Amino acid sequence: MQLSPKIRNAIALASLCVSANALAEPAKIGMITTLSGGGASLGIDIRDGFELALKERNNQLGGIDVDMIIVDDGRKVDNAKQIARRMVERDQVDIMTGIVWSNLAMAVIPSVTADGTIYISPNAGPSLLAGKRCHPNYFNVAWQNDNLHEAMGQYVSDKGYNKVYLIAPNYPAGKDALAGFKRFYKGQIAGEVYTKLGQVDYAAEIANLRAENPDAVFFFLPGGMGINFTKQYAQAGLKESIPLFGPAFSFDEGILKAVGDAAIDTMNTSQYSHDLDNSANKAFVAKFMETYGRKPSLYASQGYDAALLLDSAFRAVGSDYKNREKFRAALAKADFSSVRGDFRFGPNQHPIQSIYVRKVVREGDSVTNQLVGTVFTQHQDAYASECKMK
Amino acid sequence: MLFLEQLLNGVQLGMMLFLMAAGLTLIFGIMHLINLAHGSLYMVGAYFTATVTVMSGSFAIGLFGGCVAAACCGVLIELLAMRHLYHRDHLDQVLATFGIILTANEATKMIFGPQALFLNPPDWLSETVQILPDTPYPAYRLFVIISGIVVALFLRHLITHTRLGMLIRAGATHREMVTALGFNISLLFTVVFALGAGLAGLAGGLAGPLLAIEVGMGEQILILTFVVIIIGGIGSVKGALVAGLLVGIVDTLSRAFLPTLLKTMLPTASADALAGSVSSMAIYIVMALVLIVRPEGLYRAYGT
Amino acid sequence: MEPSLSRGTLVRFAIFAVLVVLPWIAHAMDDPFWITIATRMLIYGLAAMSLDLILGYGAMVSFGHAAFFGLGAYVVGVLTHHNFYDEVIPFLPIEWVGSMSAFVQWPLAMLVSGFIALLIGVLSLRTQGVYFIMITLAFAQMLYFFMIGLPDYGGEDGLNLWQRSEIPGLDLSDSSQFYYVVLVLVSLWFLLSRRVVESRFGRVLTGCRYNEPRMRTLGYPVVRYKLLAFTISAMGTGLAGALMANQNEFVSPSLMAWSTSGELMVMVILGGMGTLIGPLVGAFLLLSFEEVLAGLTEHWMVILGPLLVFSVLFARGGLYRFLVGQRDDE
Repeated sequence: MQLSPKIRNAIALASLCVSANALAEPAKIGMITTLSGGGASLGIDIRDGFELALKERNNQLGGIDVDMIIVDDGRKVDNAKQIARRMVERDQVDIMTGIVWSNLAMAVIPSVTADGTIYISPNAGPSLLAGKRCHPNYFNVAWQNDNLHEAMGQYVSDKGYNKVYLIAPNYPAGKDALAGFKRFYKGQIAGEVYTKLGQVDYAAEIANLRAENPDAVFFFLPGGMGINFTKQYAQAGLKESIPLFGPAFSFDEGILKAVGDAAIDTMNTSQYSHDLDNSANKAFVAKFMETYGRKPSLYASQGYDAALLLDSAFRAVGSDYKNREKFRAALAKADFSSVRGDFRFGPNQHPIQSIYVRKVVREGDSVTNQLVGTVFTQHQDAYASECKMK
Repeated sequence: MLFLEQLLNGVQLGMMLFLMAAGLTLIFGIMHLINLAHGSLYMVGAYFTATVTVMSGSFAIGLFGGCVAAACCGVLIELLAMRHLYHRDHLDQVLATFGIILTANEATKMIFGPQALFLNPPDWLSETVQILPDTPYPAYRLFVIISGIVVALFLRHLITHTRLGMLIRAGATHREMVTALGFNISLLFTVVFALGAGLAGLAGGLAGPLLAIEVGMGEQILILTFVVIIIGGIGSVKGALVAGLLVGIVDTLSRAFLPTLLKTMLPTASADALAGSVSSMAIYIVMALVLIVRPEGLYRAYGT
Repeated sequence: MEPSLSRGTLVRFAIFAVLVVLPWIAHAMDDPFWITIATRMLIYGLAAMSLDLILGYGAMVSFGHAAFFGLGAYVVGVLTHHNFYDEVIPFLPIEWVGSMSAFVQWPLAMLVSGFIALLIGVLSLRTQGVYFIMITLAFAQMLYFFMIGLPDYGGEDGLNLWQRSEIPGLDLSDSSQFYYVVLVLVSLWFLLSRRVVESRFGRVLTGCRYNEPRMRTLGYPVVRYKLLAFTISAMGTGLAGALMANQNEFVSPSLMAWSTSGELMVMVILGGMGTLIGPLVGAFLLLSFEEVLAGLTEHWMVILGPLLVFSVLFARGGLYRFLVGQRDDE
């Protein structure tokens, strides 16, 4: 086959580039996240946050070239499992990250960490992985699943509410959420309802709830379920009489855009807020808005922090990053300025961090979160003591 | 009083399902076509209602826009794909419309972005009204119930008293005869498909202020809609209405009262969990029961 | 018929030969991951092949076969779970802590799937046509929501197995060995299915597909025949589920989601309904599409969707019939 000189030059150039890179041996990072179908906005936020950090550093982390492999799992366990195996066996990635959902995380993380891959969780934090099944190769840079609910339990108690109604979907994360809330909430429980996963209409639950006449409502309904519930709750005219409380998952920037005024004045707990007053966060928010034209959500901040954590570890060990032992030690130090302020790892390699409470307010044309206070400082999850790291 | 209120909630959900099911059952009854993409048309209706409402500032114009957009999409789908599937077996139809769902979801995400859209009820519907003593009821939900009744009356008139309705009834049972009499049956099919799509769009637009307008919202309601048309008897608009109400009421009441009922027999914790499971399954249990007793649904087709 | 028959044999032989040497090729190309991908395709192929038994030969369009896929997987999941933690399985008449042996787990997965299918079938087969499609969907949805709400086995989070089933003398955690075990089972199931289809039973079933009233007047207990076919088909799908649990070392209710049923149907139709080997080809086709397209763009579904529509509109009969040069009308 005859190639035109132009193409031949291009090939020569390309192979030159490849060999130049090969000298530095780029670190391989695999990201499995949800980019298509329902719930894609969370995965997109995580990816965008992570990629922003990479872009700022010319596609390097800690001075090491990075080879990113990003694959969409479509929120399917089976897909995530297959992609994870491909990344471990074929691509031989050094580090994995990206999974949004607890059920996908439970399917993937135990086996990849057992195979010796480092996993940095930018979102899901199932209790098993924080406790009995913790692993030296597993780091969680977001939260343990219960954290935000625990904070809300504390906050609602602090505010003197004494008869709270609880709603969550009928699946493990829903039950964990209410358990987390109850761990710190001291008052009475007016009622406890488990709804269908993916439920669209909450009229029946809202009517029952009104009949119980509680003085507050705590709900954990992530994604679209939360949008449905918040809108319907406001339309039932209850928002003013019975205040609504929930974790940040139903109040991220994307969801607030969809819910609008119906969410105003509700309180939510989060480990991050875009108006947190620290220099790392200010720079991040400005850069994120400039690059993507929207406010960063907590998911975006977690993606960004995951990249910053890796950046710090790569910087510490340099080209020696293949040495797992050294790399893990560097990661465990968490020597980076998190956009959420103070951050360090507990013995189970889950965050010890502050949890804040935010209020939904109108700001010009848009509805957004405003930081109003801190519920916990240096809060650790309840499972750390069950973790016996080998 | 709580019971009456929950009953009303059930009726409202039932009306919502009826709007979806009416279009689907017409398409099925007349063209013998399983259209899994009906949920996608519902999604199109919701997305366009939200967009047009924001642009025009009027929910009514938005709703009209949503209907028209869904009907246009319906015509497009009919001309490009469905038209070639009428004489195929159900399996081919399932596969093709499954493909359309994937396309529609991803295309919507590419055009409107992955995040949910905003749509609230117009101001005059965002208050609550007292129709039962001591029970403020959301005005918007009443509006949905009334819309459902209006559509039901409109469809009844259309099918029993108009020329189009006559053709629809005739086309369903005596297709060859209609063709032989010189009517353009493929035009009739396109019109019916557009009508069904428009109804799905209306349902989507009406659902918009209540629900999250997001990719995948169509599939959540699609399966419920199928349950409705199966219980009602495929092709029967009246059946769709009755079954819609039945499903709406069963679903709502089981969610509302099952937990309390089970708590009288079981410890609280397990009663809560069990109630959650059973009420998710309730409508499927009803459907199975109906089909076991009446394998062809409650009403015979075209018994409008 | 004669020439196409020999071509059919040739194609079948070629497919089998490729499958047998695949691990060697993968190792030769230094890309053993192909074995894992192919194992998954074979397992889906087995499920689709079983579905074809009723779809293609009995004209029973089940939109709920994912339920049996999931059930099979959960049988393995539950047995492994209890065996691993040495806990007695509740609600059993005997005290039993499960077993790791494939010879216990897999047949039991088939039996449980078959038994549930028998119950569902008795009720569902009272209906026909689109009613049958939807009632099978309804039962699958019931099981799906039941598993999601069942906290003992992980609910929506699913269940990690930590290890694969055990066969004395073999190491199933080795991907090549597991691949061959799956291949043997798929081949056996194919041969068995073909025997079924070609038997008098199978011919009655096919007869029902074309003219059920006639078969009934001829005195065949049509419903009982269909019920048996439905049960056999579910057993095959349950076996596929059991293998899937081993492949993933994980089970979750998402295996039972309605979209999984949809995908199995897509595989059957893409590959060629009523051919048994076609669905296997369809599984390879669909999963390769997904694999390749998802690597190209995050908007891959916008390509896959129209591809499916086109394949229905213009490629009737499926890929396998095209390969063997057979017409759609058999």
